[in-house]
Amino acid sequence: MLQPVCPLSAIPRGEAYRWETDPPVAIFHTEQGEVFAVDDTCTHQDASLADGWLEGCEVECPLHASRFDLRTGQVDAPPAKRPIRTHRVEVTDGVVHVALSAEPPNLPPGVGMGAWTA
Amino acid sequence: MNRIAIVGASLAGHAAARALRRLSYSGEIIGIGAEPHQPYDRPPLSKAFLTGGCEAADLALADDDEELDVRWRLGTPAVRLDPGNRSVVLADGEEIRADGVIVATGARARRLPHTDGLDNVHTLRTLDDAVALRAALRRAGRLVVVGAGFIGAEVASSARSLGMEVTVVEALPTPLAGPLGAEMGAACARLHGDHGVRLRTNAAVRRLAGDGTRVDAVELADGTRLPADVVLVGIGARPNVEWLAGSGLAIDDGVVTDESCATNLPGVVATGDCASSASPYAGRAVRSEHWTHAFEQPATAAATLLAGASRVTAERPAVPYFWSDQYGVRIQFAGHRTEGDAVRIVEGDPEQRSFLAVYERHGQPVAVLGMNQPKLFTRWRRQLRAASPVPTAAS
Repeated sequence: MLQPVCPLSAIPRGEAYRWETDPPVAIFHTEQGEVFAVDDTCTHQDASLADGWLEGCEVECPLHASRFDLRTGQVDAPPAKRPIRTHRVEVTDGVVHVALSAEPPNLPPGVGMGAWTA
Repeated sequence: MNRIAIVGASLAGHAAARALRRLSYSGEIIGIGAEPHQPYDRPPLSKAFLTGGCEAADLALADDDEELDVRWRLGTPAVRLDPGNRSVVLADGEEIRADGVIVATGARARRLPHTDGLDNVHTLRTLDDAVALRAALRRAGRLVVVGAGFIGAEVASSARSLGMEVTVVEALPTPLAGPLGAEMGAACARLHGDHGVRLRTNAAVRRLAGDGTRVDAVELADGTRLPADVVLVGIGARPNVEWLAGSGLAIDDGVVTDESCATNLPGVVATGDCASSASPYAGRAVRSEHWTHAFEQPATAAATLLAGASRVTAERPAVPYFWSDQYGVRIQFAGHRTEGDAVRIVEGDPEQRSFLAVYERHGQPVAVLGMNQPKLFTRWRRQLRAASPVPTAAS
């Protein structure tokens, strides 16, 4: 089911938006104008990919520099081993809509169990 | 080369094996490890593993989709390197001959003198250390941490999240002054007080008081007695290089290497925490103990070993980087600071526990520290990497 998330204009090209659903989803607007949605949490350890470095269709994790292909979710560079879950995106009337994947997410160990919440 | 021995089966050893295969080396790889475990990742040991957020199986470095074809020889430390016939001798007497040797034996936790055999005095370096500490914390109410470095601070944070009463004892006036400088070290150390952990600085440990098998208090030089059910000693690490005595390898703190990880012996390279490698950033040899270094540098070591006499030109190394997670706060540092660098807050406010600080030398940024500023930090880190030329240390 497609859900409206935010206006595309809220995400400048080269930037990302963190959608606080559970688990959170990162929506990337690439320099080329494409829009991708993937789980926000790196599959290796707890870090937000929306805070990462976007280059082309690839995001680099801000913690350990694992790289993921936003089109497929595949790992392009370790230390991450498991792919990031991808979600279907449509932009309708200038609004980003996301259909959350029915696949189970590949969350890193311990996420959601930490006693400290930032 | 038909057979390469990697001595050390932690992050650097595993990364070296991976790098050899990526460089299309198809010969035999023998991985020698003192610990009985398959290569595993250490950073969670002081964090999620201690609090029960992850288990040993979650720490494996091996990737099921990546066949490295390494013959692991685990649970038996190497005790000698014989450069004449380029062989590694193990503690059980086995001699492994190889065409090339990658020394990646890492480091071990420093201990306080006269604490061997004390039940409730712990250090934290290995998985076995973490299993023992985790069990001890489950049974205890009061933890005293000796040393307010990153390991000490992370264990204090984890123990506090488990509801323990925690005191951190630091010999220096300011924690983390070495890596971060006094001003930023103090800014990070305020996290302890924020979360109800007592921090005692300028506090030398006089003795651990107890009955000879267990400690019941840590006594400070000023006479203060800190009752303790568990003591964690986090006072740094020593490189595992004693086994190389007599090999002819140059040792100065760690195994001395150039920028390309080459040692003074042909066919022997060294990498990771045990190596003291020439650093273009520091303008001198640096023995780094950080995760990212042990993850990245082995690729250079592997390339140098395979190139042999033809020698590769070392790629410009990545800017040094480390991180620490404490009390739900992420601290990240990149670059190379020295005493005298000016520190400037460019975003946020240390009092808000969210800021970005840039270290400058002769007006040029040389390092960056972020607290809960991952996005901005990443930009600065990349900018430092792209910067040229490498600024040399102030003379």
